[in-house]
Amino acid sequence: MQVQVRFFALYRERVGASQKAFAIEEGATVGELVAAVAREHPNLCPNPAIVVVAVNREYAGHEQRLKAGDEAAFIPPVSGGA
Amino acid sequence: MRVLVTEKAIGADEVIATLDRKIHGAVTTFLGTVRLHSEGRTVRYLEYEAFPEMAESKLREIAEEMKRREGIEDVSIYHRIGRLGIGETSLVVAVASLHRRPGFAACLDTVERIKEIVPIWKKEVWAEGEEWVRSAGA
Repeated sequence: MQVQVRFFALYRERVGASQKAFAIEEGATVGELVAAVAREHPNLCPNPAIVVVAVNREYAGHEQRLKAGDEAAFIPPVSGGA
Repeated sequence: MRVLVTEKAIGADEVIATLDRKIHGAVTTFLGTVRLHSEGRTVRYLEYEAFPEMAESKLREIAEEMKRREGIEDVSIYHRIGRLGIGETSLVVAVASLHRRPGFAACLDTVERIKEIVPIWKKEVWAEGEEWVRSAGA
């Protein structure tokens, strides 16, 4: 199945796109999606296991299962405020 | 209560104006502004980027969390994104409370929560280069 992934800030610059579709197996987990993205973009993060992901605009653990049509977002360490 | 992520300049008065002001006795505000020096380097400007839809939903979550506290009447949060020069305001938090102590506490905790969970990123640009910042709270 196809999952749309949005990239922001550091990850957007490293991947070179703000949005991209990735093909993963039906029922794959967030962690498997991160691994698939990291295979295609090895410079994404030295340790993919720590990449924070939001699914449909809510933080999701790497064990969460994805379904077709989900929107995933890769969230680098945040630094809003002041 | 109002939360907003915007590319336009923000100021305390407009955020205070969104508070429900019927019964409270104190308004506490926090303004985050762009500082000139960062770890020994001279900052030229900052670039703030957001995941806008999720950032606003997380700001709303924080404001609602604070409003549930004893003595807190209302909370509004505006965050500016895009390019900001030295001294410009990136964040305004306004808290309406019955008394000053819960207001100051909620104002501080709001800023700390923003630095932990709101998907907004800051890039510092200096004369010699640039870097995405990782906040102390994240």
